[in-house]
Order: sequence, then C-alpha cells, then structure tokens
Amino acid sequence: MIDIFLLEAILNGILLGGVLALLALGLNIVFGVIDVVWICYAELIMFGMYGNYVLHKDLGWPLLLAFAVCVVVVAVLGVLLHWLVIRPVLGGAPINQLLVTGGVLTFMQALATLVFGIEFRNLGISMPSLELGEIFLSQSRIWACGVSLVAVALLWLFLKKTYLGTAIRAISQDREIMPLMGVKPGRIYLITSAIGGGLAGLAACLLVLQYDVHPAIGLTFGPITFMVCVMGGLGNLLGGFLAAFIFAQFIQVGGFYFELEWGYVFAFCFFIAMMFWRPQGLLGKRA
Amino acid sequence: MLRVEGVSAGYGSFQALFDVALAVEAGEAVAVIGPNGAGKTSLLRVVSKLIEPRTGTIDFDGHDLAGLGADEVTALGMAHVPEHRRLFAGLTVEENLRMGAFLPAARKQFSTRLEHVYELFPRLAERRDQIAGTLSGGEQQMCAIGRGLMSGPKLLLLDEPSAGLAPVIVQQVFDMVQRIRSEGFTVLIVEQNIQQVLRVVDRAYLLEVGRIKASGAASELLASDDIRRAYIGL
Repeated sequence: MIDIFLLEAILNGILLGGVLALLALGLNIVFGVIDVVWICYAELIMFGMYGNYVLHKDLGWPLLLAFAVCVVVVAVLGVLLHWLVIRPVLGGAPINQLLVTGGVLTFMQALATLVFGIEFRNLGISMPSLELGEIFLSQSRIWACGVSLVAVALLWLFLKKTYLGTAIRAISQDREIMPLMGVKPGRIYLITSAIGGGLAGLAACLLVLQYDVHPAIGLTFGPITFMVCVMGGLGNLLGGFLAAFIFAQFIQVGGFYFELEWGYVFAFCFFIAMMFWRPQGLLGKRA
Repeated sequence: MLRVEGVSAGYGSFQALFDVALAVEAGEAVAVIGPNGAGKTSLLRVVSKLIEPRTGTIDFDGHDLAGLGADEVTALGMAHVPEHRRLFAGLTVEENLRMGAFLPAARKQFSTRLEHVYELFPRLAERRDQIAGTLSGGEQQMCAIGRGLMSGPKLLLLDEPSAGLAPVIVQQVFDMVQRIRSEGFTVLIVEQNIQQVLRVVDRAYLLEVGRIKASGAASELLASDDIRRAYIGL
C-alpha cells in the first residue's frame, strides 16, 4: 500500500508540472522561432500578476475580465519587447541579445519597485482544498494545471493544423528560405512574440492565485523555467513539456521526504547531472 | 515572362555576376548551364530576390522587381526550388507541401493542387505523413519541386535538381522536369549536368565566371564542339 502522503506529493508534482509546462512553453517557442532567449520572461509574468492585482483589487474588475485583459496586455508587451528591443539587435552577436533582454529584466524590476514598493501583494482569494479520501489538493493548483494543459493542447493544435502554425514550426528549421514560401519572417516573429507574451500573461493569471506578487517574484519562476527549457532541449516544445513534469516530481517528492527546500536542491542537482549526461537536453539534438 | 538585363551581383567584396542578360518566354523551358562556381545559383537567387542585384533590371510578368523582397516576388507567381532542396526536414511531406501553399491565394487551391502534385509524384502520396528528412534524395527532390508547384507558379526556378543524387536517380529527376514541362509550366533551370539538361529544355545560356558566354537552342549547344569538348568530355 502506497503511503497516502507520498501519493499526495506525487499528485501535487503533477499539478506543479502542468504549470511549469506552461511557463516553459512561452520561453521555448520564442527561442525556437526567433533564436533569442527572453531573459526577462519571468518579469513579463510579474507584470501580468501586478496587472491582475490592479484591475481586480484596485479597480474592482471581475476576476475573469481582469484575467482576459492581462493575457492580452502581456501579449502586446511581448510584441513591444520584440519590436523595440530585440529587432534592432537580431543580426548582432547572441551575447548582445542576452544583454538587452537582461536589461529589460532589471528595468522591469526597478519599475515595479518604484510603482508598487517592495511589499508582497495578493488578490486575497483563497480557494478551499479539494478532499479526495485522505488527500488534500489545492483547488487553485488544480485549476492552474487544468488551464495550463488546455492551453498547451490548443497551442499544439494551432501549430499542427494551421498554415500560420506550420510556418512557425518551419521557420525554426530553415529561416532563410521562408520568403520563398511567401512568408515574411518579421511577421512570424511578431506573432510568435505575441504568443510568448500571451502565455506569460496566462501564467501570471494562474500564479497570482497561488503566490504573492512582489518586484523580485521573477526570481522564483525565472530560473526554474530556464532549467526546464534547457533540460528539455532549448526550443524543443515536447522536451520542455516532459522536463516540466520530471522537474516538478523532484521538487514535490524530494520535498516530501525531506523538507520543501530540499526538493529544489534535488531538482537542481538532477539538472546539473543531466547537463553532463545530455548537454543538448532530453529531446534536443546534439549541435 | 522573365527579362533580366545588365545584372551584376555579389556578396561583400566578391562579385558573382557581371552584366548578365537573359529572357524566358511563357511556356518555355530554359537552362543556365556552366561549371561549378560560375554563378548559376547566384543568378537564381538574384532573380527571386533572395539577394539584391547591384546593377541592372529584372522584369517578371510585367512587374519591375526592383525594391521587392523574395516574399513579394513569390506572391507575384515565381516559385524558387532552392539548391540542396532545403526541405523543412522535421515536417512531414504534406506539411512541406502546405508551406508551399502558404499565400492566401494558394490556400484556396490547396486540395486541388495537392491532388495534382500527388498525381505527378505518386511516391509523395505514399509518403505524405513521413518526416521529410527521412526521404531518399530523389524523393526529397520530388517534395521540393512539389512544394514549389503548390503555389501555382507562373515561373518555376529549379536550382541544380540533380545535384548530389545517384546516377539512376538523376535520370528520374530529368524525367520529372520533362513531366512538369508537359504540364505547361514555364521553367528556368540551372544545371551542371549539361548533357542531360539540354535534352529537356528549349534554349540554354552558358554561364562562365559570372558572364554569359554563349546562348542558343538546346540542340545547337548540344551539338556545339566547344561545349562538347569543355563540358561533356566527348
């Protein structure tokens, strides 16, 4: 008979995995298509969390309306990030692309501190736990995982079934000949940036139910998201999806046997070991 | 259909084409032949506007191509099947063909043209769900040409379709070109495989170190002693 608390930890790992998968997806699709890493990705999520806070808490908008507006606003932010910051350095050295998005990270953190101060804020919504026999699962986690998986499935359908989605997959394989298909790569980049931003905005809506927002919240999600992406093979959407669930199990089950913080230690040790064993990631191809 | 006049082009300080002129009439198949490094690929790249010419004019179907990008030239009805085939290796055969029909005008015709391409190349129909990177060289060439045809082009540019293929497959590729010709497509083809290409086209230009050195009916060039001696080895 399996320990009921271990079972709870595993289920929590699956729920966390769903959210990590969503987080990784936005970063991965942008990297896969544009070949640029949004170092400031988690700060886009922070921006979306503050947006939810302002709209719902300060302005009193209904929660779902605030969610919808935040997804759109962060998607637009993704487009602006590409248009204003990345596009001018696209032809430049990769290090410059990292530096400019790193600059945006610092800028957004500082801006959040100026506008909102350093205190922790939350929406003040607490959902009851779901009781399954003797197992207790947080409802906000269940929602977050469910919505994440639906978003991942919809995006997969979009990439697989539409002309635009096929072009997004194609451009990551051969950029130079896309114009011969009548495709303007610049337009695909903007659409991909909007998708990446929109996913960050959606992640913000799901995370704001579980976490307080503060100017350094990006540090909570950023490193994990990068590690999930790298472990799956940067730019590989399926690899990132699998890695998210593996990572989440390390965190939750490791945290169950020892203490919560140890879960992260195990996850990061596993990540380091993986980098020796498969530096190209789970499903990545060796360069 | 296509009129190229006084075109020079290159990359950085390297000049690949010097004052090149050529023309292709509607319904014709024209070849540009010449040795490796003569500038044949550069010529096609300049015609489809993957690279901008330094001087000269290119007129396609009544449009001056000056200032247009390759995507706009594709929309005008030119399909460039690039050197080395350049399939989207991780996509399936049918997804590659779908990319060829990306333009809104082509999307409407997708299913009729797809059927047509499958009729032309039944092997592709058998392998429609196969990942393109796992096809054999000849099949990849079919897929690349099929992808070009999916846009319903007025002019098809073929860059060395026989390159890198086994001799028995090379013959099949020229049979394919023959089949496409008989469908009424206008074709501009660049080839090193001079003897075989001259048998499937109407006219040809000889390009050497970036300059047109000779031109004429394919049968004349095939019979020309100079060309036979220099390129065919007879």
